[in-house]
Amino acid sequence: MLPTWVSCLFRPPNENDCMIEQTPRERPINLLVKASGYSSILFVILILFFLLREGLPAVASADLSSLFGTIWYPIEGYYGIWPLLFGSIIVTITAILIAIPLGIGTSLYISEVAPVWIKNILKPIIEILAGLPSVVLGFIGIQVAAPLLREGLNLPTGLSGLTGAILLAFIATPTVVSISEDALNTVPASYRQAALALGATRWQTLWNITLPAAKSGVLTAVMLGIGRAIGETMAVMMVTGNAPVMPHGLDAIFLPIRTMTATIASEMGEVATGSPHYQVLFFIGIILFLFSLTINVVASWVSTRGLKRSERSLS
Amino acid sequence: MDKIVIEHLNLKYQDGTESLRDVNLTIAANAITVLFGPAGGGKSSLLRVLNRLNDRSDVAALTGKVLLNGQNILDPEVNPVELRRKVGIVFSRPVPLPLTIYENVAYGLRLMGENRKDRLDQAVEQALREAVLWDEVYDRLHDPAIAISGGQQQRLCLARVLALGPEVIMLDEPTSALDPVSTSKIESLMQELKQRFTIIWVPHNVQQAARMADYAAFFLQGELVEFAAEKRLFVFPKDKRTEDYVEGKFG
Amino acid sequence: MEDGIKPNPILISSHRQETASLWLLRLITLMTVLPILAVVIYIMVKGAPSISWEFITAFPRNGMREGGIWPAIVGTLYLTLGTAVFSVPLGIAAGIYLAEYAPENRWTRLIRIAIINLAGIPSVVYGLFGLGVFVLFLKFGTSILASCLTLSIMTLPTIISTTEEALRQVPYSFRAVSRSLGATHWQTTWRIVLPQAMPGVLTGVILGLERAAGETAPILFTGVSFFLPQLPQSVFDATMALPYHIFVISTSVPGMSVQIQYGTVLVLLFFVLGMNLLASLVRVRARAKRQW
Ligand SMILES: Nc1ncnc2c1ncn2[C@@H]1O[C@H](COP(=O)(O)OP(=O)(O)O)[C@@H](O)[C@H]1O
Ligand SMILES: [Mg+2]
Repeated sequence: MLPTWVSCLFRPPNENDCMIEQTPRERPINLLVKASGYSSILFVILILFFLLREGLPAVASADLSSLFGTIWYPIEGYYGIWPLLFGSIIVTITAILIAIPLGIGTSLYISEVAPVWIKNILKPIIEILAGLPSVVLGFIGIQVAAPLLREGLNLPTGLSGLTGAILLAFIATPTVVSISEDALNTVPASYRQAALALGATRWQTLWNITLPAAKSGVLTAVMLGIGRAIGETMAVMMVTGNAPVMPHGLDAIFLPIRTMTATIASEMGEVATGSPHYQVLFFIGIILFLFSLTINVVASWVSTRGLKRSERSLS
Repeated sequence: MDKIVIEHLNLKYQDGTESLRDVNLTIAANAITVLFGPAGGGKSSLLRVLNRLNDRSDVAALTGKVLLNGQNILDPEVNPVELRRKVGIVFSRPVPLPLTIYENVAYGLRLMGENRKDRLDQAVEQALREAVLWDEVYDRLHDPAIAISGGQQQRLCLARVLALGPEVIMLDEPTSALDPVSTSKIESLMQELKQRFTIIWVPHNVQQAARMADYAAFFLQGELVEFAAEKRLFVFPKDKRTEDYVEGKFG
Repeated sequence: MEDGIKPNPILISSHRQETASLWLLRLITLMTVLPILAVVIYIMVKGAPSISWEFITAFPRNGMREGGIWPAIVGTLYLTLGTAVFSVPLGIAAGIYLAEYAPENRWTRLIRIAIINLAGIPSVVYGLFGLGVFVLFLKFGTSILASCLTLSIMTLPTIISTTEEALRQVPYSFRAVSRSLGATHWQTTWRIVLPQAMPGVLTGVILGLERAAGETAPILFTGVSFFLPQLPQSVFDATMALPYHIFVISTSVPGMSVQIQYGTVLVLLFFVLGMNLLASLVRVRARAKRQW
């Protein structure tokens, strides 16, 4: 089997009822609707195209050994992206390790334990968190979280990978909660009733029956949470201390670091269009794009939930 | 007079169900033709063929001929939208559109571009009178249609079809969701309307089939088993299967 | 204890486990929720004192350290409305296509994959894209137009998905009935399905625009400016914007008054939470009025 996108290239989209049951006047409208539907494909292609167009020349102009070196010091022509890659990975892993228990725990509580009235309070709060602009979280990170962590852990500075990771955890949590809650809600009530009828406690039912039954959805939730965290820009840029250095050990999380996203955001404003530095920043953009592409495609494979047709019987 | 002539009609759905197999049937004008038989016989599928209401994507193969006034409506040249104005349908569950009573009846006319208020007023009143609903709703035409009772809603659905000025009216188990009083109202209403329309009625039980039939056709698993004028099918069925069904041996 | 009836040790231990585990879940939920509430309330308390008529309606003075944030407020309004101009019609139309028109085939699956991907692309990558296409290639320059277009593509997936979902919730029977009364596909969609789905669509639009209003990274190199002495005069001008303003005054202005910072954050929060509230109101009202 060819992947979807390949086989699409050989088959034109077919016309169905909707394009036939139309008055001549509606023809342009219907075509417009159809074009809008297809526009998303166009945008993805455009984004990829422009990233490649601006970013690929980096491979030539900054040469590969420099690009995959360990020093990021653009002024002197060192464009090693490893420190940034590691920065992103360390912060994201730490963040997701915090977000998994928070997100899955909260979704379990909301969907399996909480009475309705508490649910009705919790859900809007989670939505508020999902809607908080990352610059606001970054601001709170600077003003509140960083000083707290510096005092609490006795660090030289509060602007560190850890502060970024904690903020990211909160940014990723709403994603994890809402998707994993959806997954838990699709587990048939009969599973739970059967387990409870056999004498299992609520916790046993939840842990041994419901959660495993929803595991692909929960996995999707975690993956999309990772995607959310790795792509986050402003909050991490504001609190991680902006130090593009290669981490030397596990304690790197307690030191200032710099992620890929933050690097783009903080340096793009100052580079000359078309310069090697500019191209390398776009090259980092390509890496981020591919990251999110992979995560999202895999996640949607993991959770191929069939679309249920709505009730259709009139006769 | 023959209003509709169906010749060698076959319908196969995408999932492989052959819901109509070589159906040959003639439907007379100004009479009630009853299509009856157990569920899954293909009656609803046939009605959906008659006004091309099947989703194109559901249908794997549709062959044969359906002549309406001598014209084959399965011809791709025929505009299904116009066909549906000539061949109206009332479904088993009353489904008022989420509009007012007035707008429900005026809906089809507005689609045709009629927006003059006096014309619409007149057409709505006439359709509601024909459906014997006017007296019950004239003072609340602009209430949501969902607010009236189930029996009234079903007559509203009929009025909606009547407003289009159709030639054929199809009713697919129109009284299955209604109480006996509403049911008999609709039955007697259709007995009157048959003076002016061709009526195809899918009843929800054999008794109603026998009550309503000027012509009756018995469908079983996609096959037209037997067809006869008057009530003969219920008194002297020729086919053993018809006899068993009419006598209530299965169903 | 009466003889013969001994408490079952297994039951007791599972009972303890039950109690402990459920409390653990409650604790985790509190750990998620309380910081959010704390942050929102803290910002309100710390920001409220700086909110005044002057703060809202005046230009910043003395390198942002005094005066108001009027141009940033106006800029965010411009950006949000400008984004809506592009993304709302396109997003709703695309949602309509997916819910009402699209056959279940490979092409439709490809569209869905594309939308999922658009939703996942990091906001800063949108910024790069906007810079490459709108600012440089199409030569719009650093402008409101370039920012709005960038934000539009970013908000598109939210609007498309919620529109599609809202349309799918409208009962199929309405469509069949409308078709049977001689409606074309578009007539059915426009006259029956879309009006019924409107509250859901609106919710999606508001949530999408809420995100656009709060984003910084996509506008960073496409349309915002650190400080402008006057309001933008056309869509080809750069603008100030609240999120960027917050970023600047909290990281790059030495000696910046903390109170003004909190005040600015509060104004942005007011925007965003206001839209959130609006979306909820629309949803609740629609549920109460729904006829099916
Ligand atoms: N859209 C469809 N797709 C696939 N099969 C269908 C569809 N509609 C009806 N069928 C099948 O066709 C057969 C005839 O159904 P129907 O026409 O509804 O019969 P009746 O109205 O006599 O009960 C049944 O087996 C039914 O399951
Ligand atoms: Mg039927």
